Amino acid sequence: MNQAVQAAPAAKRKPKETGVPDNTQYLHPTLLKNYGNWRYHDRPRPGVLHHVAHSGDEVWSVRAGTQRQMDVYTIRKLCDIADNFAEGRVRFTIRSNIEFIVTDEKKVAPLIAELEKNGFPVGGTGNSVTMIAHTQGWLHCDIPGTDASGVVKALMDELYDEFRREEMPNRVHLSTSCCEINCGGQADLAIIVQHTKPPVINHDLVANVCERPTVVARCPVAAIRPAMVNGKPSLEIDEAKCMCCGACYPPCPPMQINDPEFSKLAIWVGGKNSNARGKPTFMKMVAAGLPNNPPRWPEVGAVVKNILTVYKEDARPWERLADWIDRIGWPRFFEKTGLPFTKYLIDDWRGSRYNLNASAHIRF
Amino acid sequence: MAKKMHDTPNLDQLESGPWPSFVTGLKHLAQDKDYVVDLLGQLEESYKTKKGYWKGGTVGVFGYGGGVIPRFTELKNEDGSAKFPDAAEFHTLRIMPPPGMHYDTGTLRKFCDIWEEHGSGLIAFHGQSGDIMFQGATTENVQKSFDEFNEMGFDLGGAGPAVRTSMSCVGAARCEQSCYNEAQAHRAVLNTFLDDIHRPSLPYKFKFKFSGCPNDCMNSVQRADMAVIGTWRDNIRTDEGLAKTWFAKHGMDELVNDVVARCPTKAFQVKELSKIKAGEHTSTVAVSDTHGIEISNQDCVRCMHCINVMTGALAPGKDKGATVLVGGKSHLKIGGLMGTVVLPFIKLETEEEVEKLVDFAQRTIDFFAENALEHERTGEMIERIGLTNFLDAMEVDVDASMINSPRMNPYVRTDGWDDEVAKINAKKQAA
Repeated sequence: MNQAVQAAPAAKRKPKETGVPDNTQYLHPTLLKNYGNWRYHDRPRPGVLHHVAHSGDEVWSVRAGTQRQMDVYTIRKLCDIADNFAEGRVRFTIRSNIEFIVTDEKKVAPLIAELEKNGFPVGGTGNSVTMIAHTQGWLHCDIPGTDASGVVKALMDELYDEFRREEMPNRVHLSTSCCEINCGGQADLAIIVQHTKPPVINHDLVANVCERPTVVARCPVAAIRPAMVNGKPSLEIDEAKCMCCGACYPPCPPMQINDPEFSKLAIWVGGKNSNARGKPTFMKMVAAGLPNNPPRWPEVGAVVKNILTVYKEDARPWERLADWIDRIGWPRFFEKTGLPFTKYLIDDWRGSRYNLNASAHIRF
Repeated sequence: MAKKMHDTPNLDQLESGPWPSFVTGLKHLAQDKDYVVDLLGQLEESYKTKKGYWKGGTVGVFGYGGGVIPRFTELKNEDGSAKFPDAAEFHTLRIMPPPGMHYDTGTLRKFCDIWEEHGSGLIAFHGQSGDIMFQGATTENVQKSFDEFNEMGFDLGGAGPAVRTSMSCVGAARCEQSCYNEAQAHRAVLNTFLDDIHRPSLPYKFKFKFSGCPNDCMNSVQRADMAVIGTWRDNIRTDEGLAKTWFAKHGMDELVNDVVARCPTKAFQVKELSKIKAGEHTSTVAVSDTHGIEISNQDCVRCMHCINVMTGALAPGKDKGATVLVGGKSHLKIGGLMGTVVLPFIKLETEEEVEKLVDFAQRTIDFFAENALEHERTGEMIERIGLTNFLDAMEVDVDASMINSPRMNPYVRTDGWDDEVAKINAKKQAA
């Protein structure tokens, strides 16, 4: 609600509605000077980008991984490194890596040494496995099926070497999401909660907590209808229709979808936002039913590593995961990864006929 | 010194291994803050039971209706008191970052000082929508910390059915592929909608994202209601020196297999120098004394692949601008949707040109506010009403660049055909 229309107590400070700040005040001076006038870049080693401007100016950006959810001591340590070993200007990437920008090549090696001494891996550039885009999970979300930061920590421990090297066929973007809303987003490989049982309804609370028509409207398969249960207005679910997406849970918390045993994890592959080569693609589900097993989710880690290992060995240079599967075909993907192809992976949602093979194109 | 730590046998296992550990960071904060001691207590409980224990509520700052994510613990003792009372309130402030997420260390240190004093000391750079997430403040301290961030020149981002915080790539600041001033467009658009960011009153969320080239590093096509993706209309530029350097290092096998074979429209050819034909729509460059590249720019779809492989040797043209796609979103409710092309090309060089983008954004938001159903994203609205009706309302002419193919069914009433043809011809003549 707009609080400004209420009678304002005199002491309250009015916000300065300044919006998105001007970034030029934070830019490294060399970036500002050459704004829009860059000529090319190369990567002298993993974790380092070397950009050359039309003016002849050069900058080196050293990229390091972070835990994203950072305590102030960690951020101050990164600032100390930026002030003492770089030039006081940094930026963050979309995957929560930090970049230190320097204009003197001689600063690169000591900067890398200092970062790694303090536990920040240098890498995440080019054809590496970069940091995982992720969500909030149990730490802060109100509807999480699992954790986020913990899953990412466990996986990045496993993928540490691939972050620090550039040995994959092309870049590998990963994401995790702790419910099917998929805030982690599209990626070459994504780990997403997949519920397997309909929500368990607390009928004592529905009438007081939920706006029932809103909840009914939220269901993608129209499986929810109003009902009187034990003399109270509530909601009921047609369990034969329900596909356990959890869309009803955010607007109606008494429809508990999360279950310690039956909320599983699924693996999706082949999402690509870049237009490079083929058009952008959405990722596809290739595995499900993996247990939600904190604190290190070993079963998920094993499937992820397996897919990435097969991709690394089999794909040609510049093939993203989606490009590789385009070439080898889905049967071979399942054969090579050893993942079972089950009936649940055949799409039956709207538009699904476009995902069926309407040709005699079969690889033998 | 804070109170005694709770036992956290599960979380302790996330301190080993080489990747930086958020648990170690939280424990460091817990040395001085009872707040974080109890946060770790609650998080450990989640790890034990595999359940989340936060619920939402209503917490905000004076003058705004959104931008704070309220969290109250649901982990209660039998008498209803909080099991971890010091962390019973754990709200997040979403603060909008500067475009490209550039900072000086002074700004970061000031963030830390403010958040150490008023909050948990835990900051995420950045959330999935792009916000700096200051995670963990009591209801009382939300206003205090916001006031100090706001005095630094930072403002709250969006939450709920509002225009959301935006992201733009590093772009012109450091990338040779940049096709427009991403930061300028980002600020011009977002700062037009501050009321819609701070006072949620739309049918549902609306996201803008700004990528400087078709590599779309901001992942705008899959998740932005309005994606602004840089592109160019003229020929790919070439640099013979860098092309020869590239070829000397990589050779003919890589040129053929990694570039020629991967061009999606076969616009890219390698030829003997004597056979290369220059032309108005052709880019040519020698890679050696015998061979060169010939690119038919009218067949090129600006996918970026050859430019990515041979950066500098090849570069986007000079007649730059952006393609605008509308309607990208994730799964709920009808399934994931990519944005679809609505403006095939706009220039974004002058302030007037950027203003045209702002005007288009304004009309889109107005139409969305008027016509979308509750909890319906732009893409779902367009799917429901059809792209043509949306274009009609936006006063955008249809264009064959908006489709993969013309319709594959006869289920359309075409008695207005002659009128449409006449309109198109009249426009052509007037132009």
